[in-house]
Amino acid sequence: MINGLLVDTQYCTGCYTCEIACRNEKEIPAGQWGIKLNQVGPFCVSEEEDKFIWNYTPMVTELCDLCADRVAAGQKPACVHHCLADALEYGPLSELVAKMEAKGERAYLMIP
Amino acid sequence: MDAEWKKTLEDGTEIVRTCAWSPPGCHPVGCGLKLHVKDGKLIKVEGDPEHPVTKGRLCVRCLSLKDYIYHEDRIIYPMKRAKEDRGLDKRERISWEEAMDIFAEALKANQEKYGYEGSCLFNGTGRAACIHAALGCYSVLQSPNQCYALSGWSCYGPRCAVVNFVAGAGIPEMDYAAGFPLRYDDPSFQVPNYILVWGKEPPKSNSDGLFGHALIELMRLGAKLITVDPRMTWLATRSHLALRLRPGTDAALAMGILNVIINEDLYDHDFVDKWCYGFEQLAERVQEYPVEKVAEITEVPAEKIIEAGRALAQSPSSMTWGLSVDEAPNGVQTGQALMAIMAITGNLDIPGGTILGPVAGLGGAEEKDVPTQVPEDALSKKVGVDKYPAVGMIQNTVHPDLFLECLETDDPYPVRFAWLQSSNLISPTCSAQPSRWHKALQKMDFVVATDTFMNPTIMAVGDLFLPVATFAEGDGVVFTHFGSNTTNCSAINKAITVGEAKSDPEICFMLAKRIFPDIYTASVDELVHGYLSGLGAMSGAQNWYELRDIGTAQVPVTYKKYEKGLLRADGKPGFSTPTGRVELWTTMYRNLGDDPLPYYFEPKMSPSNTPEYEFILTTGSRRVTSFHSEHRQIKNLRDIHPNPVLEMNPADAKKHGIEEGDWVRIVNEHGSARYKVEITPILKKGVVNAAHGWWFPEEDPNEPNLYGVWKSNVNNMIPHGDIGKIGFGAPFKSAMCNIEKAE
Repeated sequence: MINGLLVDTQYCTGCYTCEIACRNEKEIPAGQWGIKLNQVGPFCVSEEEDKFIWNYTPMVTELCDLCADRVAAGQKPACVHHCLADALEYGPLSELVAKMEAKGERAYLMIP
Repeated sequence: MDAEWKKTLEDGTEIVRTCAWSPPGCHPVGCGLKLHVKDGKLIKVEGDPEHPVTKGRLCVRCLSLKDYIYHEDRIIYPMKRAKEDRGLDKRERISWEEAMDIFAEALKANQEKYGYEGSCLFNGTGRAACIHAALGCYSVLQSPNQCYALSGWSCYGPRCAVVNFVAGAGIPEMDYAAGFPLRYDDPSFQVPNYILVWGKEPPKSNSDGLFGHALIELMRLGAKLITVDPRMTWLATRSHLALRLRPGTDAALAMGILNVIINEDLYDHDFVDKWCYGFEQLAERVQEYPVEKVAEITEVPAEKIIEAGRALAQSPSSMTWGLSVDEAPNGVQTGQALMAIMAITGNLDIPGGTILGPVAGLGGAEEKDVPTQVPEDALSKKVGVDKYPAVGMIQNTVHPDLFLECLETDDPYPVRFAWLQSSNLISPTCSAQPSRWHKALQKMDFVVATDTFMNPTIMAVGDLFLPVATFAEGDGVVFTHFGSNTTNCSAINKAITVGEAKSDPEICFMLAKRIFPDIYTASVDELVHGYLSGLGAMSGAQNWYELRDIGTAQVPVTYKKYEKGLLRADGKPGFSTPTGRVELWTTMYRNLGDDPLPYYFEPKMSPSNTPEYEFILTTGSRRVTSFHSEHRQIKNLRDIHPNPVLEMNPADAKKHGIEEGDWVRIVNEHGSARYKVEITPILKKGVVNAAHGWWFPEEDPNEPNLYGVWKSNVNNMIPHGDIGKIGFGAPFKSAMCNIEKAE
C-alpha cells in the first residue's frame, strides 16, 4: 500500500503553511523544501467576463517521507495537520483516488 | 477541550495548551496551540486539533514562533541609553529595579513640569497591547492621552463608530457558527446564500479575530462570495461576483447596490417597517445614485451592481467588511450604507446573516475598566476630542491628527514624555507622515518603549527599553473582535521564561506598584490575574484560572437580539439608538455635524481632482509572512517575501519601460518611496499597490538611516489631516502618485 497526498487546487489559498510546517518538522534548512508552494497564474482568460485563473500547487520533494514518525504516532503529516484551507489530505492512494473521483474537479495526487 | 492545560511526558517534555495572540503580532483569533517545552525551552509548536475553530491549523507566523522567540536580535533584558545617544546603536543592560527607578523618576519630573496631561502612550494596532494600553496610560502614566497614531483613526475605529451610531451595537461579523460547539452542524445555523466580502482578504489578514479560512469552509458548504476589491485577488477568482471598483469610491458602490435593492423592491418590508428608521429618506437619497452613474464613478459594470443587489436580497446573506471601509475620508458613509444594505434586506442578526455585537465600542479596557489614576482636570484635557467628540466617545483616545499637531506646536499644551507600547509608528504602518511623527517624538524629554525587538522608532527616540514577553512567556486572555463581538474567549498560558521579558500587564502592574505603593498592595501576580479575570469575564468563567481549565470558551450567539431586549441597557426590544431602531437616517451623524444620510464624494486626491498624477496609490494589503512592521528579521518568513513590492498592471509597466523586478520610485507632493515592481494582471490599469510595514533589520541602525526606514516608507506619501467630517478615515487606500524608474 502506498500513501500519498491529495491536493485541492480549488481551495489551496497559497498560505505557505505547508512549507514552514514541513521545514520545522523535518528540520530542513532555509533554501530547501520538503514541500514547496508553486502557482499557476494569475492570468486573465476573459477580459469581457473579467475571468482569471489562479491556482496554487504545492509539490513534495524527495525530502518528504510523508512524516512517517508522526503517522506512526497516530498523527497526520505536519503539512496536512496545519493546512489552513484543509486543502491537503493524507492516505492510501486507493482511498485518495476515490475521494478525488468524488470531488470530480480541480485536484491532483502526489507522492514523494 | 482537554481539561488539563499542561501535561508532562515520560521524558520530561511539557505540553502546554494555549491560544495565541501577541506578540508576535496578530489579531485576536486565539488560534489553538500546543507548545512543547523541554528543560525550560520551547522545542516545538503544534496546532491544537481540539480548538473548536482553528482545529489544529496554523499560519506561518505561529509556526515560526520558535524562530521569533529565540532570535539573536531579540532584546530580553531592560536596556537604557543616554538621551544624547538617541539615534545611535548603543544601549546598556540594566536591572528591572533600575529600569523602574528611571521610569518613575522621569515620569515624576515630567508631571511636575508639564502636569498629568504632559505624557502620552502610543499603542500599535492589533497586538494585545492595544487592550492593555488603557492600563499603561490611565493607571501608570495617569495621563488622558492614549494615542493610536494612524491618521483619521483609520483602523476598526470608524467601523465601530458606524455600527454604534447606526444600530447601537458592537461590530458586525458574518456568521461562521464560531460560538456553537457543533459549529456548522448546529441546527440553528444556516449557510448563507451570499457573503459580501468588502475591502478585505480574510484568509491573509484574520482581521479583528475572524478566522479568515472560515470563508473557505463556508464556500465548501455552498456559500457564494461577492468580493469588493480593486484587485482580482485569489478570493475574487473564486467569487460569484468580483466587484473591482476604483479605490476610494466604496460609498458610491454601496449606494448603487442600495438603489437596486430599493427600486426593484427587493427589501424586507417587515423588517423595515418594524425595526428601521428613515427608510423613506434613504429611498429618496439613493435616487441620486442610479446604477449607470455609479458604474461610471466606480468602474464596476452596471449589470454587476444590479446582480449584487439581487443576490444580497436573498436572505440569509452576510457581510464581512474590512479595513478599506476605515481607510477613506468617506468611510463612515460607506459603512453606514453597508449597514443599511444588511438591515433592509433582513440580514441582520439572523442565522447565516450578519451578526451584531452586543457590546458597543471597541471593547477591552477603558478608563472605567482599569484602576484609573488620572485626575479629573487632566481627564478633560484629552487632545482633540473637543473638535472630534466621536473619536473620544468610541475609542476613548486622543484624535491622532490633532495630537501630532499638539506635539509639534505645544498647542494646547506641551507633552514631553512618551511611552511606545508596541508601536513602531515611524515605519510605514500606523501613521501618515511618519517623518513628522519622527520629528515630533524627538522633542520628548523621555521616551520609554516596551517591545520585543529593536525597531526604527525605538532606535530613533527610545531612552529606556523594557522587554516584552511573547504570548508563550506570560499569562493572558484573547477574545475575538477585541471584545466587541466575541465568539471565542481563551486563556493564554505561560509555558516558558525567556531572559527577563515580562508580559504587558506584568510591566504595567510592576510600574503601577512602584508609583502607587499604597494603592497596589497586592502582588504583581495577584494584580495581573485579577485584571485578566476581568478581561475574560465574557467567557462566563469565574476567574482566569477557571478559563485556563476551559481553554477556549465559546460564547453562544443569540440571533435576533433586537427582538429579545439584548441590545439595550433597559432590556427592551429594539436597538440602542435614539429612535430604538436601525437608523438609516442616523441621528448621531446629524448631531456630530455630518449628513444623517449616506453620500459619496470624490477623494481629494483622485484622477479627476489631481490629474498631475498618473496612478492611484493603494496601500496596506497583507502578506501572511508579516504582521505590519514585524517579522522582517525571521529568515524563513523573509525568504518568502524579501522585498517591498509594488504591484503594477502589465500595460502600465510596458508604457513606462518597467520590467519585472525593476526598482522604481513612487512619487507625490508628500514624498517618495523605493519599491520593487511585481507586474501582475490582478491590478487594474492606473492603480498601483504598495506593500506596507517595511524596514530592514539588516541595515545600519544609526540615524539617519534607522534600518532604512525612510527608503520604502509609503506612508510618507499619505497626507496628514485629509479626514472625514466627524474625524474618521484617511486615504491610505486611495492616494495618488507617479512612478519613476530607480537605480
